[in-house]
Parts: sequence; C-alpha cells; structure tokens
Amino acid sequence: MPTATYAAHEIAVDDEGFFTDPSQWTEQLAPEIARAAGLGELNERQWRVVRFMRAQYEQTGAGPSVRALAKASGIPIKELYELFPKGPAKLAARIAGIPKPRGCI
Amino acid sequence: MSDAVERVSIVISKGSLEGVYPGLIMANGARAEGIDANLFFTFFGLDAISKRRYRHLKVATVGNPGLHLPSLLGSLPGVSAVLTSYFTRKMNKLDIPPIPEFLEMISDTGAGLYGCKASCDLFGLTEDDLLDQVKDIITVGEFYGISAGGEIIFT
Repeated sequence: MPTATYAAHEIAVDDEGFFTDPSQWTEQLAPEIARAAGLGELNERQWRVVRFMRAQYEQTGAGPSVRALAKASGIPIKELYELFPKGPAKLAARIAGIPKPRGCI
Repeated sequence: MSDAVERVSIVISKGSLEGVYPGLIMANGARAEGIDANLFFTFFGLDAISKRRYRHLKVATVGNPGLHLPSLLGSLPGVSAVLTSYFTRKMNKLDIPPIPEFLEMISDTGAGLYGCKASCDLFGLTEDDLLDQVKDIITVGEFYGISAGGEIIFT
C-alpha cells in the first residue's frame, strides 16, 4: 500500500492520495497535504470547507459530494470551485484526511 | 497518472429528458473530479438551453424500448407528461436537480456551455433565445478547437 509523509508522519494512503485510515489525520497535517495537492497556503475559507468535510465525515461516516457540500455548508458551488478549482469535495476530503466522496451528482 | 482524463467535451444532441440528463451528469461529474468540461448543445439538444423550452423537457414515450411501454400507449395524450413527472419526483428524491437548476449548477462549476451554430441557424435561434449561462454560439471547428487535447463524448 502506498504511503505519504506529511509533517514527518508516515501516512497510509490510496492510489489517489486519500487517507486509508482517517484516524491518522490531525489538523497540523492539513497544510502539508494542501501543498502536496498543489494548493499553497490554505486561506480561512478553504479551512472552513476542510473542517466542514471532516465534521460531516465524523457525523455520517462519509464526506459529501459537491452538491451536498454546498447545500449543507451554505457555501455556493461557484465559490467552492474558486477555493478548490481541481474539485472541491475531492480536494477538501483529501486535505481533511477522509475517504474520497462517492456520488454522481 | 499521465493518462488521466484532463478535459472532456460532451455533445448533447437530443432534447428528451433522458437524452439530456446523462450529458449533464457526466459534465458535472467531470468538474467534481477536477476535469475541465465543456457542453456543446446541437440539434434538438438545443432545447435544453433554449429559454422557451428548457423548463419543459419530457421523457420520450414513443420509440423508447427501454421504457417497456407499447408505443401505442406511449402516444396517448398526457402519458409523456405523467412519466416525466414520475421520473422528476424519483430524481428529486435522489437529490438529482431539475434541468434548470442543473444547468445553473454546471455553469457555476466553471464548465462551458455552448450552442451549435448550424443548429441555431436551422431553428432560427440567436443568443437572446438561449440561457444566460450559455457562453457562445460556436461552429463545429471552434468546438474542436475548444476540445483540443481532451476527450469528446457524443450523447
């Protein structure tokens, strides 16, 4: 199984870089994952999305897809794509250390 | 990951509900994956972005073997409307948005919506007849230009 190293921690990840064990995640790792994903420094709005994804995962066992994320967080889809141009739900889930959201819509 | 899909251009050529949804779902799903997406509406697919028609797309109940409904029955007045509202309700339960909301959502994801010039000429449509989310009416050549380097999917 592939691994990634964030903040000197060795993390088990899948082929796309998603944590296979979300309990390995801490907030300190998020900035490094974001950098590795090509995002640069996380701003406050991006942090809000990442924390929201994490909270949703902890409540429901899965991260929401983009539409559900927009509905539940109140952040418009347009803004979500400005914050995460390479796929908001997907990238935020990766940074939040949770599995890739599944869903076609 | 070098052979990962990075751009898709999806042609929607049919104006029935079941003719339009798959292309919209594929474009929206592409954007969610971080893949660039363009939608090109041609022929009766233009109904999906025509201000006059986009709210009234219907399931095709004649000549649609997948429905398992005899065409004679499907041709009766009201059958298409009933089945359309049946599917719309079912999709609503699955949180699949109605066409107008879906188009707005896809436009918000940054995907490009385009009308086909030859079809617009054929039906006498101008940019004023199309939804505000439509970026432009383009020729086939321009479509290939926009699609360069990506996958083209015809629906």
